[in-house]
Amino acid sequence: MNRLAYYVPLVLLGILAVYFAAGLGRNPATLESVLINQQVPEFSLEPIEGSSKGLTNADLKNQVVLVNIFGSWCVSCRIEHPFLMDLKEKNIVPVYGIDWREPDRQAGPRWLKKFGNPYTLIGDDPKSRGAIAFGVTGAPETFFVDKQGVIRYKHMGPITEQIWNDTLKPILEALRKE
Amino acid sequence: MRYLIVILALVMMAAPVYAVDPSEILKDPVLEKRARAISKGLRCVVCQNQSIDDSDAQLARDLRVLVRERLVAGDSDQAVVDYVVSRYGDFVLLRPPVKGATLVLWFGPVVIALIGIIGLVLFFRRQKKYAAEINRDIG
Repeated sequence: MNRLAYYVPLVLLGILAVYFAAGLGRNPATLESVLINQQVPEFSLEPIEGSSKGLTNADLKNQVVLVNIFGSWCVSCRIEHPFLMDLKEKNIVPVYGIDWREPDRQAGPRWLKKFGNPYTLIGDDPKSRGAIAFGVTGAPETFFVDKQGVIRYKHMGPITEQIWNDTLKPILEALRKE
Repeated sequence: MRYLIVILALVMMAAPVYAVDPSEILKDPVLEKRARAISKGLRCVVCQNQSIDDSDAQLARDLRVLVRERLVAGDSDQAVVDYVVSRYGDFVLLRPPVKGATLVLWFGPVVIALIGIIGLVLFFRRQKKYAAEINRDIG
């Protein structure tokens, strides 16, 4: 019998080792969204206190927008908040907010009053209906929705200047050209 | 022995602790049973190694409530599961479905075991043949 056959198990082991090593390096907290390239699922959220209009999937059409899931309880949201304010002040892209699971009705509005409101429209999401519509697992998460109301990109965690310049800005420009 | 009986009795008295809050439970026991069965198969996406039936995470709670609402609205079990999968992907199923992308996951171990068994059989057959040849040569 061919002596080379003895090396087959070793080669197989090597292939498995590479496969598992690659798997270990992946972060299980960042899941690929099945919603990419899907129409925004139907949802309808009430306005937050002090506002007259909530947020529904019908609002996310005709232009490229960001949808940002946040909460006053969420520390990382506080970190990305100044950057979202920047996007608003410089008129770069409209940001729609889903105010997720506030401990009480006043918490969200109070937080926005204190730090500023970067959102075009905000939906109040005490029962995670908006969050589940977008397949959200944690805050903050941010989605690009294109002119046809299709989800095109999902970013988990706070948006920083670097992430914006390296990843998100090119996506925005590409989506606007479509 | 007496202590053992007492301890066993106490352990058996303790009701199992569920994550499901009494306020979530449906009045209709049949629907509640279906809701529990569905919840046991859905992964809590926050804690990942628990089902939403076991998890105390708030998102798991909201998903449990959603499952019950859809059952009350008349959805079939499969429709409820499909609804959650359409938003979170197959990942949310604790028992991954058998399909193209998961074939290796389901059948890989069987294939590897078969290769091993075939290898072993071949190995021992040859050993036997060698032994027979050696015996014949000596004889």
